[in-house]
Amino acid sequence: MGDLLTVNNIEVIYDHVILVLKGVSLRVPEGGIVALLGANGAGKSTTLKAISGLLRTERGDVTKGAIEFHGATIHRHPPDEVVRRGIVQVMEGRHVFEHLSVEENLLTGAYTRRSGGETRRDLDMVYGYFPRLTHRRNVAAGYISGGEQQMLAIGRALMAHPKLMLLDEPSMGLAPMLVAEIFDIVGRLNREEGVAVLLAEQNATIALKHAQHGYVMESGRIVLEGDAKTISENEDIKEFYLGLSGVGQRKSYRDVKHYRRRKRWLS
Amino acid sequence: MLEALDLQFTILLLSNGVMIGLMYSLIALGFVLVYKATDAVNFAQGEFVMIAGFVAVGALTVAGIPLWLSILAALVAMVGFGFALERVMLRKLIGRPIIAVVMATIGLAAILRGLGPFGIFQGTRPLPLPLRDEPFILGPLFIPPIQLLGGIVSLVFLAGFGYFFLKSRKGVAMRAVADNQQVAMAMGIDVERYFGLAWAMTGVVSALGGVLWGNMLGVDVNLALVGFKVFPVVILGGLDSIPGAIIGGLIVGLVENLAAGYIDPYVGGGTKDFAPYVLMILALMIRPYGIFGKRIIERV
Repeated sequence: MGDLLTVNNIEVIYDHVILVLKGVSLRVPEGGIVALLGANGAGKSTTLKAISGLLRTERGDVTKGAIEFHGATIHRHPPDEVVRRGIVQVMEGRHVFEHLSVEENLLTGAYTRRSGGETRRDLDMVYGYFPRLTHRRNVAAGYISGGEQQMLAIGRALMAHPKLMLLDEPSMGLAPMLVAEIFDIVGRLNREEGVAVLLAEQNATIALKHAQHGYVMESGRIVLEGDAKTISENEDIKEFYLGLSGVGQRKSYRDVKHYRRRKRWLS
Repeated sequence: MLEALDLQFTILLLSNGVMIGLMYSLIALGFVLVYKATDAVNFAQGEFVMIAGFVAVGALTVAGIPLWLSILAALVAMVGFGFALERVMLRKLIGRPIIAVVMATIGLAAILRGLGPFGIFQGTRPLPLPLRDEPFILGPLFIPPIQLLGGIVSLVFLAGFGYFFLKSRKGVAMRAVADNQQVAMAMGIDVERYFGLAWAMTGVVSALGGVLWGNMLGVDVNLALVGFKVFPVVILGGLDSIPGAIIGGLIVGLVENLAAGYIDPYVGGGTKDFAPYVLMILALMIRPYGIFGKRIIERV
């Protein structure tokens, strides 16, 4: 399979001074699921935003390197152009349009697509994947549950018919059962609709279960790369991300908390 | 006999209040459109109306263009003004704290009002519309033609924009932009274009307001004072609600007229000008998001 997306040694600077990504390279093959792992502040979201073009809304800039999609550079394009080309980002924290109804939210996803008849069919497809959304279609999205909001965010992205979906922390703040449900649906979307997925996750266990390939980030760099199986068997990954010690037993959080626990000023 | 007269007087005040109120709603609609799409509070709404009035009067009396073309000129000029303002001044402020936009519009208002001593902006100019002078008499109602026209135009545009936001693809996109700019961008919506569109729509509404109010009050720098009435209207109705603009406008129109009719005789006049603000302060205390305004959805 050819590469759908290539990120080649990019550097990202915020506000002209703060260097956030220091040479990140990664590839997403056509129809693949690639996991981007790492702790808080490692640069996962920044990487996704550099790809989708949303970086510029946060006064960030890709200053070196290149991002190519289907062989064409995209990192100079505004976000709407990137969406038109087939990349949609599902932002961290289940950002739905709170005051719009569920169905209106989905319709905004189809904004870059013109034909009306198709939109109707796409809506049905999304409701098919996320049946929970069906009977909430006229409710303001701000009032549905967190899991439903995450489903809505993914379904809305699906309305744009993306070739590549950038999923930022879909597991955040959700109960394990819901996380499993959402990941199963993402897996189905990948298989049935052929949507490639670049998945930024802190929850390495579930991400590596669905991904074929993984990258581990730390302080704005890729520190480890490999197919999902190799990564999940890596001793350091087991220790720091999967919560397992060398002999495969669960380890107490108390023992690892010296590792990268920092004060978070903003959440 | 006296009672009949009293009733007649009340009905007159009420009908006048409704019509004037609808005309306030029209101006408030301009404010609401911008707030809905860009989250910016436009303190120059009254000045928009004033400029539109001057464009129409200038075209009509100075340039000698026919009336309908003058009104068209005001519309085109205000749409252009809205687009240009967004492009030149406000686009640079995207992503900055909202206070930056607020201060920018306050500054703009001051500049526009400062045009007073120059050329065409001096003095008061009439803006005659081809309307008959005698009021329409419907049973107990006396309605001056300009108020009837103003009320109808207001209702048409309020309904039209309401439909636009609720049903059209662009309207839904615009609400999405207002809800969350960054996510709207992530969905491929060209946010800056919608900001421009919102300001242009405000231009349309302001142009109509300028012609209607300009006819009633005469066109001069004080026409901008109509803009101050926008604040009680939108605070009462909700900053981002079109139905709110209607209801808020009606309340302000009615309160104003009833105060003028029933309180003024006892205190010697002037209550009309501050009664709506008393109501506004009460509204802020009781229901700060207005009657129809969107509440902040908070999840716990």
